[in-house]
Amino acid sequence: MMPPRSLICLENAKKIYTMGRQQVAALDGMDVAFEKGSFWAVMGSSGSGKSTLMNVIGCLDRLTSGRYLFQGRNISAHTDDALSDIRLRHIGFVFQSFNLIPQLTVQRNIELPLYYLGWDKEKSANHAQNLASMVGLETRLTHRPFELSGGQMQRVAIARALAADPALILADEPTGNLDTRTSDQIMALLGSLHEGGKTIIMVTHESHIAEYAQNRLYMKDGRILKVEKR
Amino acid sequence: MKQIQFSRELSSGIQTLLLHKLRSFLTMLGVVFGVGSVVAMLAVGEGASKEALEQIRKLGSHNILISSVKPAEEDTAGTTPSFMSIYGLTYMDHERIAQSFSSVKKNVPVKLVRKEARIGHRAVELRVVGTSDQWFEVIPRPVLGGRTLMQKDLDAKSPVVILTEFGARKLLATRQTIGQTIRIGVDSFTVIGIVKNETGASGAMQIPDREIDAYIPITTAMSYFGDVVIKMSSGSRLREKVELNQIIVQVASLDQVESSARAIERMLSLFHKKKDFQIQVPLALLKQAEATKRTFNIVLGAIAGISLLVGGIGIMNIMLASVTERTREIGIRRAIGAKRKQIIIQFLIEAMVLSFVGGILGLAMGIAIPFFITWFAKMPTVITPMGILLPLCVSLGIGIVFGLYPAARAARVDPIVALRHE
Ligand SMILES: Nc1ncnc2c1ncn2[C@@H]1O[C@H](COP(=O)(O)OP(=O)(O)O)[C@@H](O)[C@H]1O
Ligand SMILES: [Mg+2]
Repeated sequence: MMPPRSLICLENAKKIYTMGRQQVAALDGMDVAFEKGSFWAVMGSSGSGKSTLMNVIGCLDRLTSGRYLFQGRNISAHTDDALSDIRLRHIGFVFQSFNLIPQLTVQRNIELPLYYLGWDKEKSANHAQNLASMVGLETRLTHRPFELSGGQMQRVAIARALAADPALILADEPTGNLDTRTSDQIMALLGSLHEGGKTIIMVTHESHIAEYAQNRLYMKDGRILKVEKR
Repeated sequence: MKQIQFSRELSSGIQTLLLHKLRSFLTMLGVVFGVGSVVAMLAVGEGASKEALEQIRKLGSHNILISSVKPAEEDTAGTTPSFMSIYGLTYMDHERIAQSFSSVKKNVPVKLVRKEARIGHRAVELRVVGTSDQWFEVIPRPVLGGRTLMQKDLDAKSPVVILTEFGARKLLATRQTIGQTIRIGVDSFTVIGIVKNETGASGAMQIPDREIDAYIPITTAMSYFGDVVIKMSSGSRLREKVELNQIIVQVASLDQVESSARAIERMLSLFHKKKDFQIQVPLALLKQAEATKRTFNIVLGAIAGISLLVGGIGIMNIMLASVTERTREIGIRRAIGAKRKQIIIQFLIEAMVLSFVGGILGLAMGIAIPFFITWFAKMPTVITPMGILLPLCVSLGIGIVFGLYPAARAARVDPIVALRHE
């Protein structure tokens, strides 16, 4: 039995890619639980399965075998629409390469989840403006992503990830494309979100970035190497 | 909620297309030409049938017009002063038609003589139409004053005349019209009525009445003017004997028109060695108009079909390119939580905006084309509400049909692959 406060629970999780005759186990039997409100750094060398783990947790990818419980419910058999709905309502993504939509303004990018939630225009505009000022970009609402610096783009991405007020933020190397000073600003922002009660799972291979997180999960070849909790 | 989504999808679709204005415009061209030709096709078709109906209204749908024509070989013969050419319809023809065909309800003899009419110092050249009272039934025109011919006028060979509005204006001006006496040639006639006349050559067929007509009883025309006319042509006198210039026949029902016309033609041919008459059937104009419409529809329909197909393929091509270009965007949207259906709608709406805007531009072009056709080809064109709605629906349909596959491709994009896509 897993602790009841687990937001996410993986039981003997396997993800196997078949490349011709070769089989690659990107996740090779992982048992791990992430509690509500915790802040995790997932570490490991390149190819150890960190991104695969994030995709599975983020309901973008399905396990080959094993169980994945999200908020205590096994979602392995969910339809594509149901998984989309979980992503929309409960998960916010932050990517290494920001992944903003280039032709949309900052405000429209932040509003995107609200748009799919069916919010009306005025309400979502207000909410997007609030989020923009929270990440310090209230003056950039009508700008397009290419007019912003990397740090600013990542802050827009964080604002967008927060728009639907999800329980979980998944960040795959959020500072990978940023300089040290900007990285620290972004981490401070994620830290404050954690203090605000969000569950955050972040992939990084920089140990000083991992310092911001409470807990650390080390991976190797699709397995858990070690878990450090504070 | 659904409506809000739709309108926002629409506005963001328009914005996306505005990012690539030239590309979007070029993509639309096929639909523009396709829709343009559909609109033009419908307008020309409508115009042709409307014109035909209008002509038939003037000519009388149940009428058969039989006219005397001078046979071709007679033209060179009239050099000697004593020579007289005799041709055309006869009083006997008129009798035979009346007796031979039960389908013939009205049978109007027409005798035409050009005469100068005068009153005081005013003079005007008139076409004197010697006819029966039934003329006014087979060529119904509004009576502006007085009365038309009656049987008693024919019986009494009365010297009475009915002028057209035009003739009355020319001849009588402000004078009291009805009851006025005018001179036609050397004879005096009393004006008993004024009728309106149709003007304008009616396309392929000449309408029976003219503005310079003066209607008198045929019996009066026979006894006053006789059957021989002397024509002066380049100094030589040419005598012609024509008993009746026209016979206008009206049949009881529409489906008898063509068979009766053929039967009359066969019958008349038995008595006319030379081809000195012709038969015209106004109803044939409708058939002709329908044939024109068909030809136009085939030609323009083919152009429209090909343009729409090419336009649709162009849209599909651009949409497929757009899906590839925006794979990452699709991945982002899917990761955020967009359902496949929502991605489909997004791309479908873009395709529909492309084709619908193309449709609107095509509509503008399609309205301009009939305008030029009317201007240069003197062909009437009519744009009906149907002629506007149909092409717009077609253009929307094109967007849906050719946008569906690219949209489905977009929805099948795997977000994980798409997000790795640089
Ligand atoms: N779509 C895929 N097809 C085949 N192999 C894959 C695919 N995605 C990941 N892998 C493999 O799975 C392993 C883990 O990859 P990944 O999770 O991206 O590692 P990390 O993010 O830790 O660098 C690697 O060996 C990688 O080559
Ligand atoms: Mg990775």
